[in-house]
Amino acid sequence: MQQEQNKTKARKLKDFSDGSKRYRYTLMIVSIIGGFMLWALITMIPTINTFLASPKQVYGALISESLADGRYFKDISISLQRVLVGFGLAFICSIPVAFLMGWYPTVRNLVEPWIQFLRTIPPIALIPLVILAMGLGEPPKYTIIFVAAFLVMVVTIYQGVKEVDKTLIRAAYTFGASDKDLFFDIVIPASFPYILVGARLGMAASLTTLIAAELTGTTFGLGARIQGAQQFMDTSIVLLGIITIGIIGFVLDKILLLIEKKLTTWK
Amino acid sequence: MAKALISIKDVHKEFKVEKGANVNALNGVSLDIEKNEFICVVGPSGCGKTTLLNIIAGLETYDSGAVTMHGETIVGPAPERGVIFQQYALFPWMTVRKNIEYGLKFIRKTEEVESTDASGKKVKTTKQRPYTKEEKHQLADHYIKMVNLTGFENSYPKALSGGMKQRVAIARGYALNPEVLLMDEPFGALDAQTRAQLQEDLLKTWEKEKKTVFFITHDVDEAVLLASRVVIMSARPGQIKEIVNIDLPYPRTQATKMEDSFIRYKNYVWDTVYKMYLEIPK
Repeated sequence: MQQEQNKTKARKLKDFSDGSKRYRYTLMIVSIIGGFMLWALITMIPTINTFLASPKQVYGALISESLADGRYFKDISISLQRVLVGFGLAFICSIPVAFLMGWYPTVRNLVEPWIQFLRTIPPIALIPLVILAMGLGEPPKYTIIFVAAFLVMVVTIYQGVKEVDKTLIRAAYTFGASDKDLFFDIVIPASFPYILVGARLGMAASLTTLIAAELTGTTFGLGARIQGAQQFMDTSIVLLGIITIGIIGFVLDKILLLIEKKLTTWK
Repeated sequence: MAKALISIKDVHKEFKVEKGANVNALNGVSLDIEKNEFICVVGPSGCGKTTLLNIIAGLETYDSGAVTMHGETIVGPAPERGVIFQQYALFPWMTVRKNIEYGLKFIRKTEEVESTDASGKKVKTTKQRPYTKEEKHQLADHYIKMVNLTGFENSYPKALSGGMKQRVAIARGYALNPEVLLMDEPFGALDAQTRAQLQEDLLKTWEKEKKTVFFITHDVDEAVLLASRVVIMSARPGQIKEIVNIDLPYPRTQATKMEDSFIRYKNYVWDTVYKMYLEIPK
């Protein structure tokens, strides 16, 4: 009897859930260790090892680059500075522009065609022009990153301003709110989540553009380091640079995500 | 003729449609709303009942006619005309308390001040001043208690059920002490039990706080239970078809729905609405 019941066990239906916490973490660890093992294994093949360094070689590069005479931390700090300056300026400028576009139809109709047009151009395509205009110092890097992050953020935040729930606006009006009250009390907090989403997208765009901006006309920075190491066929340093950029992007995104969670508990 | 609180005279409103014929939302609507009345408007969708409410609220304009309150033309929204929306319209970034307190920022408290004038006589003058923080807090407490949400003061709307959200919206509406409450299908999205309870609560509050209520619904039961007058509107063009006085004594409860007189009113209103619905070309 008992056995019979076991035989007619309910069919497991696909529910697209992630599974239990333990299950998820176990698989995550398996995935990471497995990935490293696979990496170590394929780099044992000599033809592959010529262009792909092994984990051990990358670790060696990390040690030598981090030493007193190495340049690892200088590259990181220079790259970070470029990202943060370009992104920071873009963040400060995109918010007022997005709000002006969302609030005033005149501004919106004048500015939007340009934003939409420029958005389709990869910012990297501007590099030659910016270098011609600004030379080889830091400003052209800031500018490229600024343009990339600014366009993404303006579009995202502006969408948020435009999509503020119209019922909330009507409600505020019925309380007797003036247009100014409406802007500061309703529109700004309501579009707040979009500002944070825009910041994350802008940060991702900044990092993507950073490496391209550093491939030309500079000796320091992670992008320049990768480019330089490639000329000496030093694939361990190339890979170290790539992994470092990945980690920086991951950490910055997690920080912004944390800020988002902290600031929009109401969502 | 006694002066009505709100007077709507021959209001016309057309919605421009880019392709096809314009929609005649309101075609010569006239209605007087008396002080302390509970008016329910029923009618098929497209009869312009929401448009009418928005016009009274000052949220929409009209093509011709006149809409006045205390004899003065309504030119825009104002706190004397509170609106309760079907979609609750709570500010999601504010707690229950903050949602209720927010509107108080725009209204002034009238106070009597005693002072001595030049000739040494004592005179009483009224002065208007903003609500203090404590007063806002107390008012919020009072209305949170009224809608049975004590304990949820610091919750965000996302944590509340539909019924609780609408209670907050009602508390918010009352806290501003409007002269008339305009309610646009406020219970439309709620389940039957929650709806029944909120209807009773609303009736109790209305009897206690005696406000004029203009309430839109598509539920004939609800209209007859709540209203002292039911306004039946017809669609395309939107017009007032008939106004039915509901002579059932207050206080009314859900039990009122069992009474023969209630059922007679309900059947009558229902028949009228349904016949109109059948006549609409589909």
